[in-house]
Amino acid sequence: MIRTLLTSVAALGLATAPALAETLVIRGETVWTGTAQGVIENGIVVIEDDRIVAVGGSGTEVPDGATEINAAWVTPGLIAAFSQTGLVEVGAEDSTNDTAAAMSVFSAALNAADGFNPDATAIDVTRIEGFTRLVVAPGTGNSLFAGQGFVADASGDLDTELDEKAFTFIRLGEAGAGLAGGSRQAAMMLLRAALDDARSYPARYITQNDGAVLNRVDAQALAPAARGQQLILVQASRASDLNAIMDLAEDEPSLKIVIVGADEAWRVAPRLAETGIPVIIDAFSNLPASFEKLAATSENAARLADAGATFAIANVSDGSHQARLATQLAGNAVANGLSFDDAMVALTSAPADIFGLTGFGRLAPGAHADVVAWDGDPLEIVSSPVAVIIDGEQQSMESRQTRLRDRYLNLDESERPHAYTRP
Amino acid sequence: MEMSALCRDLSADTGRQKMRTLFGVAAACAAVLMLAACGGGDDAKKTASADNAFDRNPYPSTYAPFPNAPVLITNATILDGEGNLIEGGSLLLQDGKIVALGADIEAPDGAETIDATGRWVTPGIIDNHSHLGVYPSPGVTAHGDGNEVSGPVTAEVWSEHGVWPQDPGFTRAIAGGITSLQVLPGSANLFGGRGVILKNVPSRTVQGMKFPDAPYTLKMACGENPKRVYGYGNGGFPGGAPYSRMGNVAGYRQAWIRAAEYKSKWEKFESEGGEPPARDLELDTLAGVLSGDILVHMHCYRADEMAQIMDMSKDFGYKVTAFHHAVESYKIADKLAEYGACSSMWADWWGFKMEAYDGIRENIPMVHKAGACAIVHSDSDVGIQRLNQEAAKAWSDGKKVGIDIPKEVAWTWLSLNPAKSLGIDDRTGSLKPGKMADVVIWSGDPFSVYSTADQVFIDGALMFDRDHPETNPVMDFEIGQPGEGDRK
Repeated sequence: MIRTLLTSVAALGLATAPALAETLVIRGETVWTGTAQGVIENGIVVIEDDRIVAVGGSGTEVPDGATEINAAWVTPGLIAAFSQTGLVEVGAEDSTNDTAAAMSVFSAALNAADGFNPDATAIDVTRIEGFTRLVVAPGTGNSLFAGQGFVADASGDLDTELDEKAFTFIRLGEAGAGLAGGSRQAAMMLLRAALDDARSYPARYITQNDGAVLNRVDAQALAPAARGQQLILVQASRASDLNAIMDLAEDEPSLKIVIVGADEAWRVAPRLAETGIPVIIDAFSNLPASFEKLAATSENAARLADAGATFAIANVSDGSHQARLATQLAGNAVANGLSFDDAMVALTSAPADIFGLTGFGRLAPGAHADVVAWDGDPLEIVSSPVAVIIDGEQQSMESRQTRLRDRYLNLDESERPHAYTRP
Repeated sequence: MEMSALCRDLSADTGRQKMRTLFGVAAACAAVLMLAACGGGDDAKKTASADNAFDRNPYPSTYAPFPNAPVLITNATILDGEGNLIEGGSLLLQDGKIVALGADIEAPDGAETIDATGRWVTPGIIDNHSHLGVYPSPGVTAHGDGNEVSGPVTAEVWSEHGVWPQDPGFTRAIAGGITSLQVLPGSANLFGGRGVILKNVPSRTVQGMKFPDAPYTLKMACGENPKRVYGYGNGGFPGGAPYSRMGNVAGYRQAWIRAAEYKSKWEKFESEGGEPPARDLELDTLAGVLSGDILVHMHCYRADEMAQIMDMSKDFGYKVTAFHHAVESYKIADKLAEYGACSSMWADWWGFKMEAYDGIRENIPMVHKAGACAIVHSDSDVGIQRLNQEAAKAWSDGKKVGIDIPKEVAWTWLSLNPAKSLGIDDRTGSLKPGKMADVVIWSGDPFSVYSTADQVFIDGALMFDRDHPETNPVMDFEIGQPGEGDRK
């Protein structure tokens, strides 16, 4: 919105951007900052332009003429740490689903940002539940290399700026074994060979015009990750798979690795803490749903926290339309032994730090103004946001779902049928 | 892939992997309902035509309640399941039954008294849409027993013949307060087969879990799944009927015509004697529906399709007990109320396929508000672990748009209404004295994400105790594995 306004103002020859600055004052009975300030009772967050300028108690100086928002709770904008939101409209309709490309000749090079649709209805649906940033990963197609993921804000603006190629996404474990030809050893061989190809790009492609496993385009795309210049997200579940990934990280210490899924992470939690490899977990996973999840437990998050490992919580099993459920997942982790603060960290500063989103996930002066005002405890299933602010701008709290609801909530067809009701 | 993954992955998976999932699951993500809701069970409802000719209950329940001393729960906030809230209430469980509910109840000799100060007590939750056992954990290929995909009409199959009683999912469900559940075949077929109603008690056999004298149910499915599975022919073109929603309805109608003929043959035999007609397993089930003995539970997302099905049922003289998933029930809640069908719903699933595209968070309260029967269901081995939370979300979302339903009334979505839909509400589903002592003590308000089921009683026996994990059930599959239960 700001970008759009700036463009039109500039067109009028009135390049006075600061004049458009909006000042917001958000008062919360409970302000969870995610910083050393901890929780502030009756706190105030002041926003100017796209930045937070003050966070403090009731005595905090408040500028004149600001728009005021009052709420029960105020938190940093939540970050969907692993999603496909914006890549798919209707899961089962392939024409609307750009998550993966099983028939593509490319793999690691596929850039999910090219498939992002800011008009995807799931973005609004996710935003109005308090999520301001979306980490979006492609799905795997015909290779264990899914391609390049990105980070987007959840504004749904047509000109949403993306942090493209924020990470490369890879699957190991049972899925990776299948994609690599049929075994875990095939997947690990493929991964190591591909990293080797990528590291030797472009030299070996000049002399041989081909790598051991990657074509020129995929090798080029994987090169930053292979050289430690880009994050590698690896999905795996079984404890031995997590150990294999940590072995790889020890062999090649420049790699920057994050593990997604990690259903059995609690069994290797001390090593995860020691190596500093973060994990992104689905806190509902507590069934031996497959032979790689035999030790899944609803206490995974609590045990990781006890071991000092870094983790984020996301709806790993349904990240396209239900990324919003991460708050419920985190609340259940609390019911199973995790502290409230650690659960909030897992939705805010932990994913911000994992993905290098400096200035996000915390309420602090100078931070990006992604802020959510709530009618109650954000992890409670009965709570919901009353205001969502992205880059200092109050967002629409409507979605296609709320519009449908409002059409039917008090439907009166006595004069005209439903299609004439557009509340 | 386990059932929950199957269902949940409808939206998450991609490409070819997704299509496989859809076959297996969408299929399995299907639905069941009620005609003789207050009937007396199988014995009371045998079709006259079949009585002498064949055994209509050849796999009878062998379940019997487990022993327990009387239990007096005191100082609890009690939701009685019938719309009442009692503060500081007491509840007496004895000989497997609810004996008394109120303010001052004397503990009988030998009773254990549980001080539930600060805690809440509710009837056990009943999930009327589960695939536990037929899509068990681990979700390996060999375990896919929930969809008899071999033809669009497979009313002859019974889900109980596919249930693996060792599914660890049952133990996770009891930790969420589930005391009874319906296990349904999937939704690949127009007629998927019979469902089975289980007590959530571990047993070496399915018979040992079967809810005694519960009616049988029939799973049917509308919409995308049957036409995709059959018409699109698992990749071939054309696969066969049905290929379209037109074909779906034609398929139902043709089957009902055959069922009506079959039924009249048996009635003729009953009145005139002679040689009994040839048995047909498929038509046994369909004729059972037409006789009112078997309750129809039908997977149906779209409002317009539910309206068609209601007309069809009138044409053939049966009634749909419950539409399942019913993502668009909010659009025709008035018509559902008038007809008298329940809607078995999720709180917030949407978007994983076209017929789920119009899902909204207020579906459940809007159905309730219209005076129709609302039920919270799971269709998931993950969701079944926290149906109270799903109800809480719906309750809260309704409240925020002016549909103010007391919690004690909203609880009917979780126990009494599903019990009605399964024809077992005369015996469970509320804390009415005389009913089965299927009871949950929650650590706090069950409409909070932080509350957990502390103790779960089934027929008065303590079958789950969160404070004593060493006493909690672990299925054979998990023995000797690195997990061995949820919280090893």
